[in-house]
Amino acid sequence: MKELGVILRKNIRDYGMFIALAVIFVLFTILTNGTFISPYNISSLINQTGYIAVLATGMTLVIIVRQIDLSVGFLSGFLGAIAAILMMNYHVPAILAILIVLALGAVIGLFFGVLIAKVGIPAFVVTLAGMISFHGLLLFATQAGGTINITDKFFNEIGNGFIPSFGKIGGFAVSTLVIGLIGIVLFIYFQFKARNTKKKYNFEVLPMPFFIAKIAFIVALIAALILVLAMNNGISWTFVIVFVVVSIFTVILNKTAFGRHIYAVGGNPEAAELSGINVANVLIYTFVIMETLTALSGILFASRMQSASPTAGTGFELLAIAGAFIGGCSANGGVGKVTGSLIGSLVMVSLTNGMDLMGLGSSIQYVIQGIILVLAVVFDILTRRSQAVG
Amino acid sequence: MKDAEYILEMDNIGKTFPGVKALDGVNFKVKRGEIHCLVGENGAGKSTLMKILSGVYPSGTFTGRIILNSTEQHFRSIEDSEKAGIAIIHQELALIPELTIYENIFLGHEIKKGPFIDWNETIIKAKEVLKRIRVNINPETKVKDVGVGVQQLVEIGKALSKDVKLLILDEPTAALSEVDCDNLLQILRELKKQGITCIMISHKLKEVISIADTITVLRDGKTITSIDATKRKVEEKEIIKYMVGREIEDIYPKREGVKYGDVCFELKNWTAFDPSKGREILHNINFKVHKGEIVGIAGLMGAGRTEMALSIFGNTKHYIIKGELYVNGVKKHLSSPEKAIKEKIVYVTEDRKGNGLVLIQDIKFNIPLSNLKQLLKGLFIDQHEEVNAANKFFNELNIKARSIEQVVGTLSGGNQQKVSVAKGLFTLPDLLILDEPTRGIDVGAKFEIYTIMNELVKRGMSIIMISSELPEILGMSDRIYVMSNGTMTGVIDAKDATEEKIMEMATA
Repeated sequence: MKELGVILRKNIRDYGMFIALAVIFVLFTILTNGTFISPYNISSLINQTGYIAVLATGMTLVIIVRQIDLSVGFLSGFLGAIAAILMMNYHVPAILAILIVLALGAVIGLFFGVLIAKVGIPAFVVTLAGMISFHGLLLFATQAGGTINITDKFFNEIGNGFIPSFGKIGGFAVSTLVIGLIGIVLFIYFQFKARNTKKKYNFEVLPMPFFIAKIAFIVALIAALILVLAMNNGISWTFVIVFVVVSIFTVILNKTAFGRHIYAVGGNPEAAELSGINVANVLIYTFVIMETLTALSGILFASRMQSASPTAGTGFELLAIAGAFIGGCSANGGVGKVTGSLIGSLVMVSLTNGMDLMGLGSSIQYVIQGIILVLAVVFDILTRRSQAVG
Repeated sequence: MKDAEYILEMDNIGKTFPGVKALDGVNFKVKRGEIHCLVGENGAGKSTLMKILSGVYPSGTFTGRIILNSTEQHFRSIEDSEKAGIAIIHQELALIPELTIYENIFLGHEIKKGPFIDWNETIIKAKEVLKRIRVNINPETKVKDVGVGVQQLVEIGKALSKDVKLLILDEPTAALSEVDCDNLLQILRELKKQGITCIMISHKLKEVISIADTITVLRDGKTITSIDATKRKVEEKEIIKYMVGREIEDIYPKREGVKYGDVCFELKNWTAFDPSKGREILHNINFKVHKGEIVGIAGLMGAGRTEMALSIFGNTKHYIIKGELYVNGVKKHLSSPEKAIKEKIVYVTEDRKGNGLVLIQDIKFNIPLSNLKQLLKGLFIDQHEEVNAANKFFNELNIKARSIEQVVGTLSGGNQQKVSVAKGLFTLPDLLILDEPTRGIDVGAKFEIYTIMNELVKRGMSIIMISSELPEILGMSDRIYVMSNGTMTGVIDAKDATEEKIMEMATA
């Protein structure tokens, strides 16, 4: 039992977000008489998380390198509007419009990165200026009709469509069940493989019973999620995109030299520089990635809404930043995981979704989101302090 | 009331961190008005003991009793211990560079008239304090504009202004030049005459012997001995024996048959201008290193030694440089650390915590950081290679840690230094620049670093060693360059060198 206490205390930072998520789920299920947990709502919850999770992925990198990006909300709204205008007013094919918008995001990121890393303007200032400017540009772009409706079928499928189901068994989509099963098997295989490698190198590993319990818990979660989704329409395209994005950046952060450089620059920029790392370039690439992902987020949101509106992206930056902090990014930099930020985003979006279902107005929602952001950072600082003291 | 002989008695102190017994029944008694030196290897428990005394670890988190002026104390915070007249000055100075000396001295206990600060009174009081510590500098000078020696004194002044009775100094001379050290020790002697009791932690045994009335040695969280140095002369060897539990015959291991080869690195007419300071910091330096040679660079603090190293190693401070740099006879332009590393030159910093290591990451993250290319298989870092590489240095340099997954920030100074050196060595350099390689580490670890250096030059590597400790310079170098005020004032073969000759050139 004592062992369990030690393990819990050591990993409280990692488990905290799951506890938060569980509390939110239970709470809203009660408050909404079960509507919150219904297959339809869970499915749309996943899709709503999509465009925030993509932002939070980029924000993870930005926060690790000790920066911040306040512009992502309105930039995502603005780039979504650009995609809409390209397709609707200029009849650009959807694929091409998407590529143009992604490239535009990358260019804006390059511009931000150069201002921050080469000219030396604090990211806070650059992105605050960006936030204001993009808000203006968004209003300007959507001014003519207020809202630009998107009628492109392919484009709208991204945020609303599902992978082909190949029929249903007892009301469950077949493809989703199969993918879920493969996913669970692969997950278990890789967990055991990683544990064995660690043991081979004499690294610390979780004691076997805890390891099994952890895996059983996560597998149960995945299984429950898959069953709920399969009961509805199956896995959505948004789900697929988020999965791919999170996987790519998890691999980049953990397995590539660039990922190491990001952690090094965030952990100690002076040491990184004297280690022969080009700190300025690391910062620039980070902002290119952030703003490209912002473009993707804008596309996902416009597609889901099937339109671009003057209020698109409002408050996204707060959700993404809060998601990253809840997911374990440190306010001091150098620490953070993309998978954590994914869970953190889910926490924030569940909160919004639940409050929407309860019929709470957006005014009170903003207040609660703000409080949650501060609480997440307080929790982060307190847990790190208790770990530092031992 | 007659004061007791001992101002402080720490009785049977024990402190446990999860998995480690840091202090185990330590007894520590300090006489009123003495200078008491506390020595021991890194990890012996000196700092922990002082943190308990100053209330950093509050009453209840440790066992044993603290008796100050015959009354048992239960400090719950640093504030409590300050009220009782205890002040601690840490190795890392707690001054605000952008504020003036007088603002710093009274920071946190400002002199007030009503709700407002009485600046005139503050300056007058600051002048009085400065007089006590013999600092003849205008108190309106900003702290960033005075040298580290004066900054150290300002810290002491800050303590004095709080009416301190017991002053604790944690390695006060670690970052000071010889002249500043002597000055500081002189001032401590004077404070003693004024009735202030002083506990000093130091690794520099020579100064310990010169100043201490009592020397207490800790080892592995236990009090080994307490020597009354007023009664007899204490030998360095004796202290070392108590510290490490065995005798170290010669702290500078000798190399057999030193032979060095051709010139592998050379600076010609090397001049650097620092735009941030608006002045020239290196003047017309000529300097060479042979293959397989240890070149010592001696000099006082601020002589420009670190600046020279940084100007060679990729010029990260963006000096405007004139002059020529040759690697193996070929003229090169090293415009970034990356390029310097490519030319097989690497710099191991004097400030391992500040700009050497990523403290929140583990050993295996830090060691290969300067040369990740070597671990790549295609696009990805090969975990197997990574672990092997880290383990190789872990074993070769005898790094003491649970495993290569231990976070670097939790290692002792000596082990951090070894990781820092390993990180340099992982780039497979031909020329290794070590800046103060043994600063703030204990005798045992020093000896190991020296042994590693000798092993490296035997394999054909060249080493530039910047050091402020003359015995180290004399003991380790083959040739010694001396710098003063940004100029090379001399070069001398180690066998002809003496401390006097070097000091003469260093103060030229």
